[in-house]
Amino acid sequence: MNWKLTGDGPVYLQIMATIRGAVLSGHFAQGQRLPPVRELAAEARVNPNTMQRALWELEREGLLISQGTIGRVVTEDNGILERIRQLELKKVAKECLDKFKTLGLSAQEAGSLLMRLGESEENT
Amino acid sequence: MSEVLQLNGLTKRYSNSPVFALDHVSLALRPGRIVGLLGPNGSGKTTMLKMIAGLLTATEGDIAVCGHPISPESKALVSYLPDRTYLRNGWKVRQQLDMFQEFYADFDRNRAESMLHALGVSLEAKMKTLSKGNREKVQLVLVMSRRAKLYLLDEPIGGVDPATRDYILSTIVGNFDPGATVIISTHLINDVENVLDDYIFLNQGRVVQYGSADEARAETGKTLDELFREVFRCLPNC
Repeated sequence: MNWKLTGDGPVYLQIMATIRGAVLSGHFAQGQRLPPVRELAAEARVNPNTMQRALWELEREGLLISQGTIGRVVTEDNGILERIRQLELKKVAKECLDKFKTLGLSAQEAGSLLMRLGESEENT
Repeated sequence: MSEVLQLNGLTKRYSNSPVFALDHVSLALRPGRIVGLLGPNGSGKTTMLKMIAGLLTATEGDIAVCGHPISPESKALVSYLPDRTYLRNGWKVRQQLDMFQEFYADFDRNRAESMLHALGVSLEAKMKTLSKGNREKVQLVLVMSRRAKLYLLDEPIGGVDPATRDYILSTIVGNFDPGATVIISTHLINDVENVLDDYIFLNQGRVVQYGSADEARAETGKTLDELFREVFRCLPNC
């Protein structure tokens, strides 16, 4: 798993984003059990208490489901996953758009740039 | 829950020295935190840790570890990693384990052996045959295999390669009890940025800043590394 924690913003939020990404990209499958907190913390090199907090927040979001002492699994509820996917897509699009804007590109121009880029990648 | 560590006006002046190595430091550290003790060379980091470990006496002020003043009781709760190696070169790894087991009731030998096994370090290897990186790792494994309340790690990642740094940080976070507190002294802030919950900026024996790393990042929009460079750039003598 690729824990790219940058030092920008609270660590638990960065962890949450990483785990969301790992679920949406299929690194963690639906219904799959997550490794124990301590293992994830060692891997990400964060305080286990911080990892614990991030996992709790993801439980509240509905992405993870606690199974008591035996750990946590990824939800199998497609509705929840779709909602989280939409939120993530919106966030990525917003970040992307903000960057384009600082470079002087309108949303429309950015859109056509993306489309041209997509077409040329399909052709290669 | 009460503080794991409380310092009240802690001060150290070495004999024959006109300046304070540590100058009236007061701090209270809560359980479950990983705290960065950050400051330039000579700012008093090692002095502070040695005093908490009970290896130096205070010129003034008090220390309490889980409510205990410096005493055999406090030392039983503190696991200290010095900034240079103190393990005997001629000894085998096994003998170091024996020593820790004899000295510390909270030493978890099985844990230490399984970590050494994972590292590929043989118990029969003599310390002097190990690489510098592996010697540092063995020392860290010993210190982190104690079930202590307070870990004092003086420059645990100085002088080793980036992969070893990763191993060391993973070992620290993978082995401390959620109710314990860890103090890591370093000036390699980039490497510990995400490990730290709280940070202490120390300069010329004084606490310049102390707070939550997340809050500092949120308030300033800067990383701890950037904040450190900014704070210490405008101070004299550094």
